[in-house]
Amino acid sequence: MRAFEHRAVRSAEEAVAALQADTAGETSVIAGGAELLSLMKANLIAPAHIIDLKPARELRGVSVAPDGSVRIGALTTLADIERDATLAARLPILPAAVRDAATPQLRNMATVGGNLMQRNRCWYFRGPYDCWLKGGDQCFARDGENKYSAIFDESPCVAVHPSDLAPALLALEASVLVVGPQGERAVALGDLLRPPTAERRRETTLGGAEVIVAVSIPAQPAGAHGVYLKLMDRQAWAYALVSAAAQMTLRDGQLVERARLALGGVANAPRRLPAVEAALEGQTLTPALAAQAAEQAVAGATPLAHNGYKVQLARELTRRAILQAAGMEW
Amino acid sequence: MKQSIRVTVNGEEHTSEVEPRTLLVTYLREQLDLTGTHIGCDTGQCGACTVMLDGQPVKSCMVLAVQADGAQVGTVEGLAANGKYHPIQDAFWEKHGLQCGFCTPGMMIAAVGLLERNPDPSDAEIREQLEGNLCRCTGYQNIVAAVRSAAEAMRAGNAQPVATSGASGAGAAGGVAGGVAGGEEA
Repeated sequence: MRAFEHRAVRSAEEAVAALQADTAGETSVIAGGAELLSLMKANLIAPAHIIDLKPARELRGVSVAPDGSVRIGALTTLADIERDATLAARLPILPAAVRDAATPQLRNMATVGGNLMQRNRCWYFRGPYDCWLKGGDQCFARDGENKYSAIFDESPCVAVHPSDLAPALLALEASVLVVGPQGERAVALGDLLRPPTAERRRETTLGGAEVIVAVSIPAQPAGAHGVYLKLMDRQAWAYALVSAAAQMTLRDGQLVERARLALGGVANAPRRLPAVEAALEGQTLTPALAAQAAEQAVAGATPLAHNGYKVQLARELTRRAILQAAGMEW
Repeated sequence: MKQSIRVTVNGEEHTSEVEPRTLLVTYLREQLDLTGTHIGCDTGQCGACTVMLDGQPVKSCMVLAVQADGAQVGTVEGLAANGKYHPIQDAFWEKHGLQCGFCTPGMMIAAVGLLERNPDPSDAEIREQLEGNLCRCTGYQNIVAAVRSAAEAMRAGNAQPVATSGASGAGAAGGVAGGVAGGEEA
């Protein structure tokens, strides 16, 4: 790693000021370090200055507002989420989502903010290749080893977003609170994590001098229940091949009042499924309806040479997630 | 430019000058000569470098030493106390939880992290909590048996599990270790 200067700060505002002050753009923010250090060790970034947000302790923790919304500070670790009693009671989909993320040691360090900001795990991006996302001419995964790549074509890059937390947050319609030079703003998670474009070759729309301070989850309807299902290459410690998050509210046992669905591992960003949600809402949930919805979830998929299996996984996980979130046999 | 940090390691306070890019594991090994913590993959995967940081097992190759400023660190060297092995050390010995031993320090610290939260874990819970520690020799069976055995000994010993979460526990482990040996041989 290139030598750098390290400065601990006590607030997000201090971090923003430091980011703004560096006109050369050579400053990175570190929290748990799991992601930043992996990028630095791989020489994907070589910051001259590191702003250490970890001492900003008020950014860690889970709280419930009077309106029932839940705020999770950016420095809350994945292990905190795993063990938090409030989340276990109110939003069990979140502990479920992080339970299989990384390993216990990494969950003890990794933060919510860092989890959302992590870069993709495509080997062409992480490895010594001049891929499109790093400013090169082409995405090597498209015609190369694309077993883990996206099955929905939304960007010149076909890497998938690796977060387990993000699909679950998307199904909860979370917004992300961000502090920047103009103060605080809330951005829908679906607008923060976006497929890279020619003008913005990154996976997020976060501004260069902006820092995530919290995730905010609106109050969920009474009786809402969520599940997060993740399929991996092996039973422990792997990124999702495909994951499915479902947050369902049923009335009288079987009538779908509200459905919120998101898939991970299939696109550049976690993929919300609004059309499938609309098709479920107002209907009586049956295994047949869930199967139909699952079919719809993969409509428009354009798998590459080696990842056609993901279409089947996405379809099946969607079906199971819908039924399980509804408390039905799958 | 070097930065001054103050870290309490196995109950002993150290004030050191470190380069900001120094990893916690490098600091422990090269500046404090605590070479029991191993460097395996250097990418946060193998778990050989696992240490306790403020009471939680972490991979010290993915932590900057400057980020441990003000923290309590526990390493394998802090497990034994008063000339007695910690129950987890006795159990790894008794149950043959190692062959080459390279992964063992990290394995034991991760296990201790589990036992501090869950004194009576199932085999499945043990396996799950050790998923971030790779062993290329044992096939894990004896490691799981060792952790289970240590859990039993620690429950029987009815003692403070471990010295690694801070300075205060240092005295307790010795008594536990004594209890373990008796339990194992009974």
